[in-house]
Amino acid sequence: MKRLFTKVATAGALALAVGVGPAQADEPIRIGVLATLEGVFAGPGQDGVRGFEMAIDEFGGQVAGRDIRVYRASSDASPDSALRAARRLVESDNVDILIGPLSGAEGIAVKNYAHEQPQVTFLNGSSAAQQTTLENPAENFYRFSTEGVQWQAGLGTYVIEEKGYERVAILAEDYAFPYAQIKGFMTEFCAAGGTVAEKMFVPLETRDYSSVIARMPRDIDAIYVVMGGSDILNFLEQYQQMGGQAPLIGGSISVDQTILSAEGPTRDYLIGTPTSGPIADDWEDERWRAFQDRYREMFPDGLPSPGLFAHAYYVNTLAALTALEEVGGDLSDGHAAFREALNNLELETPTGVISVDHNRQAVADIFITEVASDGEGGLYNRVVGIREGVNQTLGFPEEEFLANGFAERDNPPVEDCQ
Amino acid sequence: MASVIEETPRESDGVLARLVRPVRWYHLVIALVLLVFPFVSTGFWTVQIAAQTFILGTIALSLMLLAGYGGMVSLSQLTIAGLAGYMVAVFGGASGGLGMFWPPIVAIPLAILIATAFATLVGALSVRTEGIYTIMITLAVGMAFYFFVLQNREIFNAFNGFAGLRPPPVLGINWRQPEYFYFLSLTVAAFGYFLVLYLSRAPFGLALQAVRDNPRRMRALGFNIQAHRIAAHALAGFIAALGGVLMVWLNTQISPGSVGLGPLISILIIAILGGILHPIGPFIGALIFVLLDNFAMQLIGGDRFNTVIGLMFLLIVLFSPDGVLGLWKMARERLKASKKPSADW
Amino acid sequence: MTLFVLTVLNGLTLAGLYFLVASGFSLVFGLMRNINLAHGSLYLLGGYIGYSTFRTTGSWELGVAVGALSMAVAGAVLQYCIFRFMEGQALRQTLVTIAISIIAADLMLWYWGATAYQFTTPDWVRGATPIPFLQLAYPTYRLFVLLSAVVVGIALWLFLNKTRIGIMIRAGVDDKDMLDASGVNVQVLFCVTFAVGAALAGLAGVLGGSYLSLAPGEDMRFLLASLIVVIVGGMGSIVGAAVGAVLIGLTEQFGLAYAPSYAPVYTFLILVFVLAFRPQGIMGRPVET
Repeated sequence: MKRLFTKVATAGALALAVGVGPAQADEPIRIGVLATLEGVFAGPGQDGVRGFEMAIDEFGGQVAGRDIRVYRASSDASPDSALRAARRLVESDNVDILIGPLSGAEGIAVKNYAHEQPQVTFLNGSSAAQQTTLENPAENFYRFSTEGVQWQAGLGTYVIEEKGYERVAILAEDYAFPYAQIKGFMTEFCAAGGTVAEKMFVPLETRDYSSVIARMPRDIDAIYVVMGGSDILNFLEQYQQMGGQAPLIGGSISVDQTILSAEGPTRDYLIGTPTSGPIADDWEDERWRAFQDRYREMFPDGLPSPGLFAHAYYVNTLAALTALEEVGGDLSDGHAAFREALNNLELETPTGVISVDHNRQAVADIFITEVASDGEGGLYNRVVGIREGVNQTLGFPEEEFLANGFAERDNPPVEDCQ
Repeated sequence: MASVIEETPRESDGVLARLVRPVRWYHLVIALVLLVFPFVSTGFWTVQIAAQTFILGTIALSLMLLAGYGGMVSLSQLTIAGLAGYMVAVFGGASGGLGMFWPPIVAIPLAILIATAFATLVGALSVRTEGIYTIMITLAVGMAFYFFVLQNREIFNAFNGFAGLRPPPVLGINWRQPEYFYFLSLTVAAFGYFLVLYLSRAPFGLALQAVRDNPRRMRALGFNIQAHRIAAHALAGFIAALGGVLMVWLNTQISPGSVGLGPLISILIIAILGGILHPIGPFIGALIFVLLDNFAMQLIGGDRFNTVIGLMFLLIVLFSPDGVLGLWKMARERLKASKKPSADW
Repeated sequence: MTLFVLTVLNGLTLAGLYFLVASGFSLVFGLMRNINLAHGSLYLLGGYIGYSTFRTTGSWELGVAVGALSMAVAGAVLQYCIFRFMEGQALRQTLVTIAISIIAADLMLWYWGATAYQFTTPDWVRGATPIPFLQLAYPTYRLFVLLSAVVVGIALWLFLNKTRIGIMIRAGVDDKDMLDASGVNVQVLFCVTFAVGAALAGLAGVLGGSYLSLAPGEDMRFLLASLIVVIVGGMGSIVGAAVGAVLIGLTEQFGLAYAPSYAPVYTFLILVFVLAFRPQGIMGRPVET
């Protein structure tokens, strides 16, 4: 009987230890950050957390006189694990604000979870799926970073007008993110009179592209490739060896620093490859330069320049803290004042002013870049244009945009663009 | 192996008597703690830790039944569970208007039925093989299923899978409520546990264990050993399917990542970690796994979760083939031996 | 027609790489009945070590040598420290090597990070080689990998059939106890065999990493590929590994060329069918039950 008592008492104590009463004004503000810190995506996850830390550091670890207490959780980039991590932060650590997650499918899972936890305000990390804020959006989920479709705004027009590529083949990995990028690209490209010869998808984790390359149509001006960094390296190596000569157009994650700093003769092939995205490493702008310098100073072991992920986590965290400061740390009444401030925020960021629309999705500037040689043997992404104030429907009325459906493997269809 | 059947059932005893006899005082304590737990803990502990332990434990239990009693290590048990989960989404409907939206009374039994049928088919394929080949064929089935759902849009909705999956309000009860979901999972886990415990002492289970230990003799005795093994796969599939249905309700979504190589191996780790020779083992393994999964981050910084879980797994398989249960038994025996040094001599 | 020929060539050259990895796995299994599910980790680790060597010295050839030799050592260590203690316990070996591969994958991720690496191959294997009778040029490097596989295959055959140690190994396959009784130090023989098998994995790691980059996850890919190849071909048979490699290589490439959506599924289906209808594999000897 004594054992029984001990066990019940232990369970009770455990419950006391994990359960915490409602937050009071002089208590610290509890912020959870959710990123992928294990497995293959650990690198991007770490960069995301760097962005988060930069924003916290900018406020000196305090907001409106209240201390910030940070809770961390990690996922393995699968939606199941993101949900588990979010539950721990919300239900066990009782965070007021949750920032994350990293990738698209995770973002949809966390947004769905946000519906169940109206007392917490969620801000996106770097996830960039279209549906997160466009399909059944949650009142308490904000995304101050842009998504996959927005990232390709301006690219379609640019390649036709400036590069003269009128007929392209599309090669992409077979999952949601490339679908979104293709949607963003084709929307403008086709409207501007371009044609798509063929859309080719390779299953995720394909390494040997030789047979896909053999199938590639010949009568094209360029190939629009949406693949992760290392895969494009494989593709390019094999494409050249098979005697391919068409120039490339890159998706937002296709031509990043890792590719440009890779060695070997493959690299020079990339010169002149246009792409677009939410940041541009070599943008000659004071705010961006200052942000870059601070990143390098804070994280000597980090990437040479803050990546997409650091930027997205930074922007979202900055939005949360700026709005909190505005309302004097007031999280009463179900975060009413705080959310009102978020809705009306005109956020000054290193990449320009960002605000959110009625779905709480960012309207922001998109950078069009082109790979260029720095004259000393190095390559960099030169900014060739900025598309300002890109919204989630790429400037189309929402109804018209939604009528075409979400980005999918066969949407937009190639037939509409031939 | 002999430890599996601690007590030899007497023919004259009824089923109930056979089940009740081995009850000890600590069984009652555990039962009481399990019943009181959701009322003294937070929703997080009730659902995320406890209910998840029951669910993963149930799926691992199906592997325990196959491996512990049947000697067949199947890596596709999570695949069976995943298929049941997918079918719940397809028949029961998911967010975005996907699926058929059939009433739960049809959708859920149908999901379990399909998964069980699939498990039987996998069993029929794999019982022709032995040992490592069984592991490989079930691994191949699991990976083929993963790649199939990843690419198939018509039925499985490809990369995106299904979201917004919640237990339907049956009997006017919102099963999403932590306490209700806890007891739902507990009931399923207890059902699976006692079913396997009962099976281990029933003629079928005894025959299965005999087939494991000496197939040739059993064949000579006139047993259809293939049929016994396939039946074990079907039963295990049924248990895994029950766990699978709960799993999608817990995660509220299912996508190819839920049935990938990682989760497949996790179920194996859970079953081995706890102890593969007794039905309580998978639940102990699941508890350790879930606690590590949730709290490793605070304890060891999180980055090296896989190294920690891998090392634990390695140490267990190197030094205690019967998992944590085996360690416990060893410790108890040593304690006994030191207390009464003369008893065994 | 061109697509067909190219796809056949792609399939054969991929088969070459698969053969290199799988023959090592098959050799180890053939003699010792040792199931080494950490074989994929040996592939990736060999590739990484070869890459680091290449980065430091600038020599690709040296990278190939160091990648293979370092894995030979790793293989001998695995046999001496782990497998020696669990002879004949297939399930235990399976579980232990799964554990090792989980830990190894995490530690490699720690040390080499998640970025993909690719070697720069030397000039003599770069570029394209014209194919006689067809108006085609085909990547030299892929042909080189295929040639290496053929050379390794023949060398393995000669090693097993014409050398004294090879004859001992084959004797060990048939009757280990008798070999032990005739005064052969079986432990040394086992270590040598394991070293050769692991070295092949390391070699394949560098050769494969030179055109399909090295990244986390490749260990499981090549483990699965070699398992499928040797099970389809028949465990323990070098010829079987070659047959299995060609079958799987061609299936994968034809899948990608003609019906890419389900390309990864086909190879698993072949495995399921072979196991269901000919459990010992195409060239394997029937297993006793």
